[in-house]
Amino acid sequence: MELLGIGILTWITFLPIIGMVAVLIVPKENQGAVKWLPLVITGVQVVLAVIIFFNFNRGMAGINTLEGMQFVEKGTWIDIKGVPWFGRIVVEYFMGVDGLSVSMVLLTALISFIAVIASWNIEKSLKGYMAMLLLLDTGMMGVFVALDFFLFYVFWEVMLLPMYFLIGVWGGPRREYAAIKFFLYTLLGSVLMLLAMIALYFSVTVLDPSTGEKIYTFNMLAMMDPANFEPGSLLAGVGTQWRYIAYVALFIGFAIKVPIFPFHTWLPDAHVEAPTAISVILAGVLLKMGTYGILRISYPIFPDAANYFVVPLAILALINIVYGALCAMAQTDLKKLIAYSSVSHMGVVLLGMAAMNTQGMVGAVFQMFNHGTITAMLFLIVGVIYDRAHTRDIDSFGGLAITMPKYTGIMTVAFFAALGLPGLSGFISEAFSFLGAFQTHRVITILSTAGIVLTAAYMLWALQRMFLGQPNEKWAGLPDINGRELSALVPLAIIVIVLGVYPGLMIDVLTSSLNHLVEVVKTGAPVALVP
Amino acid sequence: MVEQLLQSLSRFLPETTLTVALCSTVVVSLFLGRKSQATLFVALAGLVLATWFSFDQMGVSETIFSGMVAVDPFSVFFKLLVGLSAILILLFSLYSSEVQSTLHRAGEYSALILAMALGMFLMAGASNLLMMVLAIELTSLSSYILAGYTREASDSSEASLKYIIYGAVSTGVMLYGISILYGLTGATDFYGINRALTEESVNSVALLVSIIMILVGFGYKISAVPFHFWTPDVYEGAPITITAFLSVASKAAGFALMMRFFKVSFIDANAVGLPTGVWTSLQGFEWNKIVAILSVLTMTLGNLVAVWQNNLKRLLAYSSIAHAGYMLMGVVVLSDKGLAAVLIYFMVYLFMNLGAFYVVMLVANKTGSEDIDSYKGLGHRSPLVSVAMVIFFISLAGLPPTAGFIGKLFLFAALLDATWIWLAVVGALNSVVSLYYYVRVVRNMFLRDPEGNAEPILFSTPQLAIVMLLLLPTLFFGLFYSPMVELANASVMMFGIR
Repeated sequence: MELLGIGILTWITFLPIIGMVAVLIVPKENQGAVKWLPLVITGVQVVLAVIIFFNFNRGMAGINTLEGMQFVEKGTWIDIKGVPWFGRIVVEYFMGVDGLSVSMVLLTALISFIAVIASWNIEKSLKGYMAMLLLLDTGMMGVFVALDFFLFYVFWEVMLLPMYFLIGVWGGPRREYAAIKFFLYTLLGSVLMLLAMIALYFSVTVLDPSTGEKIYTFNMLAMMDPANFEPGSLLAGVGTQWRYIAYVALFIGFAIKVPIFPFHTWLPDAHVEAPTAISVILAGVLLKMGTYGILRISYPIFPDAANYFVVPLAILALINIVYGALCAMAQTDLKKLIAYSSVSHMGVVLLGMAAMNTQGMVGAVFQMFNHGTITAMLFLIVGVIYDRAHTRDIDSFGGLAITMPKYTGIMTVAFFAALGLPGLSGFISEAFSFLGAFQTHRVITILSTAGIVLTAAYMLWALQRMFLGQPNEKWAGLPDINGRELSALVPLAIIVIVLGVYPGLMIDVLTSSLNHLVEVVKTGAPVALVP
Repeated sequence: MVEQLLQSLSRFLPETTLTVALCSTVVVSLFLGRKSQATLFVALAGLVLATWFSFDQMGVSETIFSGMVAVDPFSVFFKLLVGLSAILILLFSLYSSEVQSTLHRAGEYSALILAMALGMFLMAGASNLLMMVLAIELTSLSSYILAGYTREASDSSEASLKYIIYGAVSTGVMLYGISILYGLTGATDFYGINRALTEESVNSVALLVSIIMILVGFGYKISAVPFHFWTPDVYEGAPITITAFLSVASKAAGFALMMRFFKVSFIDANAVGLPTGVWTSLQGFEWNKIVAILSVLTMTLGNLVAVWQNNLKRLLAYSSIAHAGYMLMGVVVLSDKGLAAVLIYFMVYLFMNLGAFYVVMLVANKTGSEDIDSYKGLGHRSPLVSVAMVIFFISLAGLPPTAGFIGKLFLFAALLDATWIWLAVVGALNSVVSLYYYVRVVRNMFLRDPEGNAEPILFSTPQLAIVMLLLLPTLFFGLFYSPMVELANASVMMFGIR
């Protein structure tokens, strides 16, 4: 699908860059334009994402076949002619979506749009803020559509700097600490990923159809085919030590983003200090990149290692679920509570992934989408109360249901969705994840279900302390939620309810791709065992 | 003999041009009064010509003056690099308050820069131990004086003195090493040394001692740990233009010499069964392991100490030490890939490091301070220059989509391809550390409010044009790096080596 001769994935990825340039050109005095331009740009992005979503052929699997990818754009980006001792260097501009990525593309567009609405009352250097937000948007979108590892890595890293500034300039009191911590943690992960990427590059060759010469490649799909691994190269073979090391290096890179215990400590800091819209993006999209990366890259490229490390992964998932929930329960800062609830909920995603079967995987990816929308709501809700009361201390509130009834209503939807109430989207995905995982890791799953109880406990307890009981005199005059805030929250609430009642809308998109992914990962190991 | 000499002279055109330009600056400064920039322009013209003539030598591969100097793609590459950075330094000097306030000595300044460039041109091509020492000395002597150029400032004189003392000691040690090597092999030219070493076995302890002593000299030139002690003080005390020149060109010339010395003299020329572009060290003499240790020490110490610096020039000094450590990784792997990666890194380093120094200079011109604290709120006072600085720093830290990433990528690629994995991991972790101190400056520029004076700082159009001249390649080569890689791949070829 093309517009003006340029593919739709290129449009959806680079549209924010155009917006960024436009925002930078607009004079500073014209505050209206600086706000509306990003809104329009991200709005168009949502439209494009919806077009992609509904034109997406649900029967095609993708994952490791070029034919199964849709909206593919493939061109040569870098082509350095060969010298005898180096060979030709080819980097492709290779984008495409399958069931795994299309849900994330939709989520990214949606959350970016909501984030712009949520940024409406930013006053400090608005231009710079919007420019950074749009740059971040390009980075996020690029990660989800890139099918060339080099391209993927560039997008992955492009996000770091805007995120640093967005937290560091527009964040809360401890913003500097939170921003640098985020930056360093993520960079640590990505240099490990870089080394794994280079090792893969030198292990995988494809034949250039036009000249017949063997060339090294960054093409992810080529890396997924064991036949392309050059015999004798570092990562050739199956179940070798170096493959496990490379898998672990990649895993750490992704785990920091998810974040998986023990790499999670940047998350509460970053979330608490980031401005509302950035917390929304952080929880809504950035955390998904970690799990997306594992599913897109680690699993199909290293099926042997994925199977080898599946139990440790399930154990990490258990830790994330229970430890995250316990930490959340101990918080008195509402934002921190929700930050830890993210750790817990991402644990569910990991558990679904560790299941290595279709139910679990579908549950995991669906949970990624649902967590994106639900947590975005939760952070928006925190933003609403913080803008009014300038505190997030749960215990200082009470009886807000009386003064802010509409706010209480929407908050209840979000809280119940987060604790997995049937009828709301979170339930379906959590149920699928646990269902899938139960077949593979019985004990771990049973232990993990403690997380559900704990989640219900801290969510309901927070709800009770803030909204029920005696109204606190201090907050008697708080105005209820306004139209702009509702316009950000209501679409998300609708999605949460619709997907809760009719999950097929999303699950249909995921099934064939994830079925295929499970097959790839499952057969990856046995194929390997054949000499 | 005469014919050979004339032939050699025709290949010596870039160096001759520099010599003529050097003499002209002296004459011009005598006649055109002492208060003009004329000498700077004469030097600039000379450098442009010399660089152009070097460019003309592309594709040539021979030795001249009976094997004293090699003119091959490798030396041409470094001549271009040195020439280009010298041109940029002279452009910087046109806007440097340190140089402009001492215009009466501009003749001296220009002549010494040319002398330094000449020394570095010779270093790029030297293929004889004697030529090597001469070239190093020519470069060093000129840079001692330039480091103390602003003699009104006491730290400048201190810098110069420290530089001389360290320089004298390390050259002495190096010469001693050279004499041992000569004693062992009976040859002074690199090819002869190689022949001697492959034909007969020599006392390996003596050889090791001599190599370590020679490495002291190289280590001093490229400021590798533990021969780096002069670097922070000299970088801090010298005028910024000279600091920038030392950090790029001097280091490049040192690397050129070192790589040629090791690659020509200390590889097993008769080794069989190796893939093209991969060499092996002489039997039983794995000098690359020594270089690997140097590399680890250099980058780790450079990065760790840089974290504690509060003066931006000192910070960049330690960062340049760290970068020397990264580049040494490319020497360790004993392959053309490694050398090509070093060359790529130097191209990138030229733009990003000179860019960072140039911004420091511009800001110091206006605020009179190189303290990191004086950068507080700079992002609001001078957005364009601050954004440029952020990009230079991001590139120095090695993040995409900047050219610095490409430099690191190829270095790591060369290491992983040769399965030096632990070294690659050390290098990667080091770049995480480096991010911390670069970001400290970025934090002051954008995350902190200005202290006291919050007036906008304005720069003239030519000043900003130079920023752009350095900024655009830093970004462009990050996304489209084919030209850089192709040039590097073509330039690793040294005369007489397959």
